[in-house]
Amino acid sequence: MKKWLRNWRLFSLFSVMALLLAGCGKPFLSTLQPAGEVADMQYSLMLLSTAIMVLVIVVVTIIFVYVVIRFRQRKGEENKIPKQVEGSHKLEIIWTVIPIILLLILAVPTVSATFKLADVKPMNKEKRDKDTLVVNVRANLYWWEFEYPDYGVITSQDLVVPTNERVYFNLKASDVKHSFWIPAVGGKMDTNTENKNQFWLEFDQKAADKAGGVFYGKCAELCGPSHALMDFKVKAVPRKEFDQWIEKMKNAKPVVTDPVAKQGEAIFNKSCIGCHAVTPVDKRPEQARTAPNLANFGDRERIAGILDHNEENLKKWLRNPESVKPGNKMTGTYGKLTEEQINALAKYLMSLKVE
Amino acid sequence: MSTLARKKGVGAVIWDYLTTVDHKKIAHLYLIAGGLFFIMGGIEALLIRIQLAKPNNDFLVGGLYNQVLTMHGTTMIFLAAMPLVFAMMNAVVPIQIGARDVAFPFLNALGFWLFFFGGLFLNCSWFLGGAPDAGWTSYASLSLESKATHGIDFYVLGLQISGFGTIMGGINFLVTIINMRAPGMTYMRMPMFVWATFVTSALILFAFPPLTVGFIFMMMDRLFGGNFFNPAAGGNTIIWEHLFWIFGHPEVYILVLPAFGIFSEIFATFSKKRLFGYSSMVFATVLIGFLGFMVWAHHMFTTGMGPVANAIFAVATMAIAVPTGIKIFNWLFTMWGGNIRFTTPMHYAVAFIPSFVMGGVTGVMNAAAAADYQYHDSYFVVAHFHYVIVGGVVFALLAGSHYWWPKMFGKMLNETLGKITFWLFFIGFHLTFFIQHFLGLMGMPRRVFTYLPNQGWETGNLISTIGAFFMAAATVILLINIVITTVKGEKAEADAWGDGRTLEWAVSSPPPVYNFAQTPLVRGLDAYWIEKMEGKKELTPAEPLGDIHMPNSSFLPFIISFGLFVAAFGFTYHNDHSWGLPVGIIGLLITFGSMFLRSVIDDHGFHIHKEEVLELEKKGAKA
Repeated sequence: MKKWLRNWRLFSLFSVMALLLAGCGKPFLSTLQPAGEVADMQYSLMLLSTAIMVLVIVVVTIIFVYVVIRFRQRKGEENKIPKQVEGSHKLEIIWTVIPIILLLILAVPTVSATFKLADVKPMNKEKRDKDTLVVNVRANLYWWEFEYPDYGVITSQDLVVPTNERVYFNLKASDVKHSFWIPAVGGKMDTNTENKNQFWLEFDQKAADKAGGVFYGKCAELCGPSHALMDFKVKAVPRKEFDQWIEKMKNAKPVVTDPVAKQGEAIFNKSCIGCHAVTPVDKRPEQARTAPNLANFGDRERIAGILDHNEENLKKWLRNPESVKPGNKMTGTYGKLTEEQINALAKYLMSLKVE
Repeated sequence: MSTLARKKGVGAVIWDYLTTVDHKKIAHLYLIAGGLFFIMGGIEALLIRIQLAKPNNDFLVGGLYNQVLTMHGTTMIFLAAMPLVFAMMNAVVPIQIGARDVAFPFLNALGFWLFFFGGLFLNCSWFLGGAPDAGWTSYASLSLESKATHGIDFYVLGLQISGFGTIMGGINFLVTIINMRAPGMTYMRMPMFVWATFVTSALILFAFPPLTVGFIFMMMDRLFGGNFFNPAAGGNTIIWEHLFWIFGHPEVYILVLPAFGIFSEIFATFSKKRLFGYSSMVFATVLIGFLGFMVWAHHMFTTGMGPVANAIFAVATMAIAVPTGIKIFNWLFTMWGGNIRFTTPMHYAVAFIPSFVMGGVTGVMNAAAAADYQYHDSYFVVAHFHYVIVGGVVFALLAGSHYWWPKMFGKMLNETLGKITFWLFFIGFHLTFFIQHFLGLMGMPRRVFTYLPNQGWETGNLISTIGAFFMAAATVILLINIVITTVKGEKAEADAWGDGRTLEWAVSSPPPVYNFAQTPLVRGLDAYWIEKMEGKKELTPAEPLGDIHMPNSSFLPFIISFGLFVAAFGFTYHNDHSWGLPVGIIGLLITFGSMFLRSVIDDHGFHIHKEEVLELEKKGAKA
């Protein structure tokens, strides 16, 4: 009877919590609306640990409320001296053993999940399977570079991945430590300056539909004045669409027809090309790739990772990057541009599309 | 130069405090300095919350925000919580073990002045270009990148200076507790707060050296051309993370164990019962102290240490919940069957239990490594550690201040104002931090100076900001209370609360400079309570009345610390200005010169004669 009662309590706790938490946050950003295998695993662990912890809190609270009400000093008892109790071995053993059991219940799935999440063998095989997708993530002061080494394609800021399969990541930073986090899809991993970290994520197609196809990514490690603005976006698409996209990227080259955009291209080739590449196939070593690849800039979700994607915002960014992202590395590298030049540049950049 | 019972002018009082080696006055100094820094850290917190009240706010952006956030964390941990804990330990521990002072009174003063000048130096950065801006953890890659100002240099040098002070304090209390206990005060008769101080001091002794090593590495890298953290030259920034957290995790217990000790005293006193399960409490304290060193890498689950290390540190971290749970239940059962008096300190103690349990259980959630990949560096973690540090440590410091205020200053704080402070602070605390758990789970990273709208974070942040103002209001009322009490508070008796159990309540409030005219004989746990229960008003003396040997006051601790303060300025600027190096050397000369003086000058202290003691005791009894 009692056992049944406890199970029932646990179960109802679980379901109430799941209901409550699922209402929290946005489907493209919240860890409480898991959008893939990793996030699912972590979410179950969260629920399990929360259930155990709520149980602990409930027990403590019941004793607490009872004690505080029952044993408060009453009028006329100011001088009453209660019995001086030393302790109780039985009780002390109970509240040592029960927590140990509760912790074991939590520890076993924790350890198992920790090892599962660290399983990156498929990406490190001598000969990688053709279908195993690996992405090299390089974090830089306030922007992200995503390289698909098996396809020789580089892009920035918007990560494109296929859904319903494991995607493997190599993570590193080129200046200071950052941390790569897509909350809805799975927990974070730091990008260090001296070594390469590896992990995997899986993006669920249904969840992606619910989130409108785009998940939000964040930098989770304080990295300087614009740490808060170091966002990126993840476009999760079916494998077929992904394959098409990567094909297009392999062959992408700027095609400029508009005369104003042509003017912009000229300015770009003079002032910007030293750092920014405009083709996804960028053979320079990573030390030379000091700025985001702009090959598919016109397809992006945001300007500079945070502003809505339109020409107005692009001009604002070009006019004075510092006012948008304090401490960024672009400020002051290209001299002063006239309004006309900025218009032309914006036109040109917006025309860089593969889709 | 006896400092006894003379009418003194303001100047003389100040001089007295600048030169004092009396643990009770040093406690005052720690309380005042720590309190000031606490207010500064609090103002910084308010600035942070104002900026985050709404999305896309431009009240405090980018680099300046990072400075404020760094200084908030650094100030609160190193310059507010630590010294306030030391204030409590200094005020109470020597008296609780029946001693006349700490083992090394000179060192005690030196510890305070080092902390003070270290903190002062750190805060000078505000006026000299900019404060440190790499977070209180100051991870190496970012802090080496932060070259625009000298902020990080102020951090590294200031905290080194104050860290020396902390280590000295730790050693001092270890020696004091081992050597200076009154006859009969066996280890298992020591009040819980003394045990907590003992274990905390041991933690300080082992935790601060790694931090100092880290600071020296960073100082070398930033000021003297070192490459400890420069991967290009074979350095490694992860080393900093390990060094910092090998200190940083025990630091949590350095703060929270004294908090546990304070609450243990308060629960027993105001339940009128002896502490339930005293021996298991001692055992739990020691175990927490030990395990505290085994878990540092749980701060680095996402650093990429691999599943083996992550799993080991996860399980080790969970284990700490067991001794902590033992403590919680022991406190509950101390109250069980008691006669609970709801004074202001007891309000904090009672509120501490649910608040700290919340912080504790989220700690266990964080320990689950695989799930921590989601919590890490998000607002969930911010909520967690504020529940532990505010719900545990700050509640304890507020409780302890109210509880021992009469013992430290001889006057009772106003209880009504005290309770208003409590309720404001309690409500504000939960309002501010509870919602932050959910902000973190909804994907909000920590240490962000702004956020875009439409990410579901607006309401939570606004509530959080409102809560912060409740806590600010509470602090203001506490200050008013202190002023009113100082001006016209009622005089406190020796046993100020009427229910005192430990030795400090047997001596007058405030105690005479020598604490005990005759060293007491301790006949059990809660020594004073035992005497009271036998109908006695005073302690059983362990020695005949005689002359009392006291240490002389000294200005040297102040000068030694001041020298390092000057030196730190010199070395901070030695790469930019030619005067840097000479100033640094002059500073060091001041320090080592005064240390030399201390070594060669014979100082035998002085005696308070028997007759004087008798006279003072008579006066004390009358007052």
